[in-house]
Amino acid sequence: MTAAPTPTPAPAPARTPEPAAPAPSGRRPGRGPRRGTLVAWAFLAPALVLFLYFKFIPMFEGLRMSLFEVRYVGDRFVGLDNYRRILTDDAFTQAIWHSVVLAVGTTAGSIVLGLVLALLVEGPARYLWFVRTAAFLPVVTTMAVVAEVWRIMYHPADTGLINSILGWAGIAPQPFLAGEDSSLLSIMGMSVWRGAPYDMMIFLAGLVGVDRSLYEAAAVDGASTWRRLRHITLPALRPVFWILFTLAAIRGLRVFVEVYVLTNGGPNGSSEVLMTLIYKLGFQKGELGIAAAGGIVLFVATLLLTVLVQVMRGRQAA
Amino acid sequence: MRRFDSALGLEAARGPVATLFKVLVHGTMIVVFTGPLVGLLVSAFSRTLDPTGFTLWPDALSLTNFVQAADKNVYTYLLNSFVVVGFGLLLQVLVSVFAAYALARKKFRGMTVVMLVMLTTMMLPEEIIAIPLSLVIADLPLLHLDLVGTYAGMILPVGAWGFSILVMTEFMKEVPVELEEAARIDGAGELRTFFTIILPLCRPALGVIGVFGFTMIWDQYLLPLIVATEPDMWTLPIALRSLRSDEEVGIGVLLAASLLALLPSIIAFLAFQRQFMRGLTSGAVKG
Repeated sequence: MTAAPTPTPAPAPARTPEPAAPAPSGRRPGRGPRRGTLVAWAFLAPALVLFLYFKFIPMFEGLRMSLFEVRYVGDRFVGLDNYRRILTDDAFTQAIWHSVVLAVGTTAGSIVLGLVLALLVEGPARYLWFVRTAAFLPVVTTMAVVAEVWRIMYHPADTGLINSILGWAGIAPQPFLAGEDSSLLSIMGMSVWRGAPYDMMIFLAGLVGVDRSLYEAAAVDGASTWRRLRHITLPALRPVFWILFTLAAIRGLRVFVEVYVLTNGGPNGSSEVLMTLIYKLGFQKGELGIAAAGGIVLFVATLLLTVLVQVMRGRQAA
Repeated sequence: MRRFDSALGLEAARGPVATLFKVLVHGTMIVVFTGPLVGLLVSAFSRTLDPTGFTLWPDALSLTNFVQAADKNVYTYLLNSFVVVGFGLLLQVLVSVFAAYALARKKFRGMTVVMLVMLTTMMLPEEIIAIPLSLVIADLPLLHLDLVGTYAGMILPVGAWGFSILVMTEFMKEVPVELEEAARIDGAGELRTFFTIILPLCRPALGVIGVFGFTMIWDQYLLPLIVATEPDMWTLPIALRSLRSDEEVGIGVLLAASLLALLPSIIAFLAFQRQFMRGLTSGAVKG
């Protein structure tokens, strides 16, 4: 935060030098090192002001609020009470559990399916490019639209689209989003559908880097396709796996739109995740302090998860 | 040699069995991943009252849903979405190229800290700060402006995006310095050098951050949900929910609105596919 300049009202690029700019460094030889530094801060100012206002101030405000009972007549300091209430509240522990299940299931499903898809569509042929592009469309589709479409397809009546397809195979109609046992799984199914093509593209980028002469050498040695995959392709893709784990750690627990649109946590709280619960507490019940504490818990969990993945990645590489 | 072009060597496999396998697998992939979207396209142009009426086979094409959508203010929501994405993207791209210029071309004290700030914002999902953000937007510190229910409230928070800035910075580092120095010797000022020399050279990267920024802003959900408290300020994605259960028109209007919310991002992706893929891999590699 020391680098953030004092806020200026202009969201447009500020042309005036920032008063908070540090003393000029003498690193640039020749004319005007001081001018270079001032120009740099002036160009950075719009970004830093926007980050300050819409990322860092809310972050610290959230930290402060989490220690208070937020009221219109003045906040009351309650210490760690909000946190205690969250961690002992059944609804919250349930929601945390659901978030974790959803994150793990979606990540694993997307990575496995993404890898299989990538292997199936790898190659320079023109028609494979078409298949890849078609499969990638869900990723660029607005999440709210994806969720509405899936909500309709998941319709629990036997005339619902997915139930009709199951009907052809002689399977009885499923409740999907309407069932307490199936709601979370149904959300996961949709998330994998949207997540797998993304992972597929990242895997494809990784597959480009695999040394082709190794495949040839393996063929000369008479290795089977499975052994070639197991001993050449998968090890070469290891960095890709770590990238995907890192992204999953950052994104996994924050899931909101999918659940909010598909079930809004129902039926009977069976698909309530951390973010939908925080949203309800904050915006519907006015429990801003507890909601803010929930946000901080989510942040700390995300941070720990990210650090854990990085540590494991480092250990693997060593 | 072609056998060794891919891990499975599937493409080079010949013969009736291999061909059948490929047709089946790739056909299934296309149906599974585009089927729901094609279904939306077809159903939006069909007349149906049935809440399960989602079909891949059109029986009677009509524009009824799109006509009725007007009564439900769908075009107002669409306009709101375009205003937010238009100004938001303009701001985001400007902010990104300015910041990237400083980070890529200047040396100054505190640069590592600034880079760290950018990375932190990328590690910090906006969902986490949603609650306090809603209070900050209602009363900006020092300025005491209330942005609730305004376009600015939906535009300014997406104005600075770490991903865009970093992609742009990486690209600008590759632009040769000689041109810039030549312009400076000719007496061009800082801003003129930037706009006439640097920016034109960065056009490929502008495509990347442009298409990513568009998708990112178009996909915003929580932010408009917090800011647009009155229905007349809703963007299309958050309005979909309210269009769901309408006894008079069934799901027709919802489908029409969903299609309208879907098309811009699909068109942007198809038009800038190459840039999109480049951004995808460069962004992912940096975590």
